[in-house]
Amino acid sequence: MPSLQSLRRKISAFKNTQKITKAMKMVAAAKLKRSQDRILAARPYAHKMRGVLSNLSQRVNRTAHPLLQKRDGKKVEVLVVTSDRGLCGGFNGNIVRKSAEFVRQCEAQGLTVNLSIVGRKGRDYFRRRTWLIRQEWTGVFDKLSFEHAIDIGGDLTDNFVKGTFDELYVVYNEFKSAIQQRVIVEKLFPVDVATEFGAAQAATTSAGAYLYEPGEAELLNALVPKHFQVQAYRILLESAAAEHGARMAAMDGATRNAGQLIKKTTLYYNKTRQAAITKELMDIVGGAEALK
Amino acid sequence: MPGKFLLEVVTPEKQLLSQEVDEVIAPGSEGEFGVLPGHCHFLSTLKIGELRYRVDNQTHHMAVLWGYAEVTPTKVTVMAEVAEKAEDIDVERATAKVEEAERRLQAGGLPSEVKEAQISLEKARLRKKIAERTRKSGHV
Repeated sequence: MPSLQSLRRKISAFKNTQKITKAMKMVAAAKLKRSQDRILAARPYAHKMRGVLSNLSQRVNRTAHPLLQKRDGKKVEVLVVTSDRGLCGGFNGNIVRKSAEFVRQCEAQGLTVNLSIVGRKGRDYFRRRTWLIRQEWTGVFDKLSFEHAIDIGGDLTDNFVKGTFDELYVVYNEFKSAIQQRVIVEKLFPVDVATEFGAAQAATTSAGAYLYEPGEAELLNALVPKHFQVQAYRILLESAAAEHGARMAAMDGATRNAGQLIKKTTLYYNKTRQAAITKELMDIVGGAEALK
Repeated sequence: MPGKFLLEVVTPEKQLLSQEVDEVIAPGSEGEFGVLPGHCHFLSTLKIGELRYRVDNQTHHMAVLWGYAEVTPTKVTVMAEVAEKAEDIDVERATAKVEEAERRLQAGGLPSEVKEAQISLEKARLRKKIAERTRKSGHV
């Protein structure tokens, strides 16, 4: 039987933990609100951009712009978007598991795979594996801005043009609702025509002529790199919002569990205390009997 | 009488507008262009300028600072870096910006700084112009 003192210590430790998890939940909830607003606001723009681009990519010659080419290469890159901090439930675990599975699938098809990673957690996981990490970005989620997206998008477009990889997939958490995230594997390079959006429009418009102003080349030069920055930005925002949602849910669960532990331990503590008192009383009564 | 068409204006910050309109006049980089229902497919970059759209007999104004416009027979999508509806522009702030940009332009400095000042002056003047006009017509 543990001593009363050690039980008391345990209870106060649980209480402290509960205080921390509760505070973290509050913080996550506040941050979630902000990042949720941002992603919901940014989504229409990103989707429109993708619509325009996939529309465009089936109309122009693929060789018209280096970022639109399609190569039958064997080099695949996977961009894994994780968080910088832990304590957010299965958030990073899900991503990392899905990425590893995806990479193995690619390797089974005889493709070479490189990784680039956003977020400290993913880096820590994959650093201990055999796969090659080409590039990593950490600390972007502290102060997420479009600058980061320009940085990441620029690096990816440069390397695609250089031929570092022929296909790029992004694995990230999509923000579905405050308590739901979904792991998404999305193909970013090469630009795919066969998206549901582009295909539907193509049927109706492929016959019509298309006017460009200024010329096609200038327009592509301006639009295409921008597209990848916007998509990178959207993916980062999705991930940030999903992370806060996951953390809020995880901390909510932790607070509840701590509460249960406190209740259980307090009950046990009281029982033990009562037993000790009873025992002492018995001793006194026994002593008094013996004196008679 | 052909029907209306959908005008959507989005910026990275938010979806600003999604509305059925009769006519749109947009500031293309090669000059202004007007769009009526049934326009042929058209893709253009936009410069700093004023976007006008007409719903029935009401004309609305909007400041657009760069972006792209995609026109299809049934829909116009404007993707702007920055866009503001005329009624959302704060005239005092816009005026202050104009003055600040003018001051910076006069102060001179590196060529890149001068260029930046010129651009911000252009932006500020546009916003001021649009905002003042809307205000005036609102009072009449």
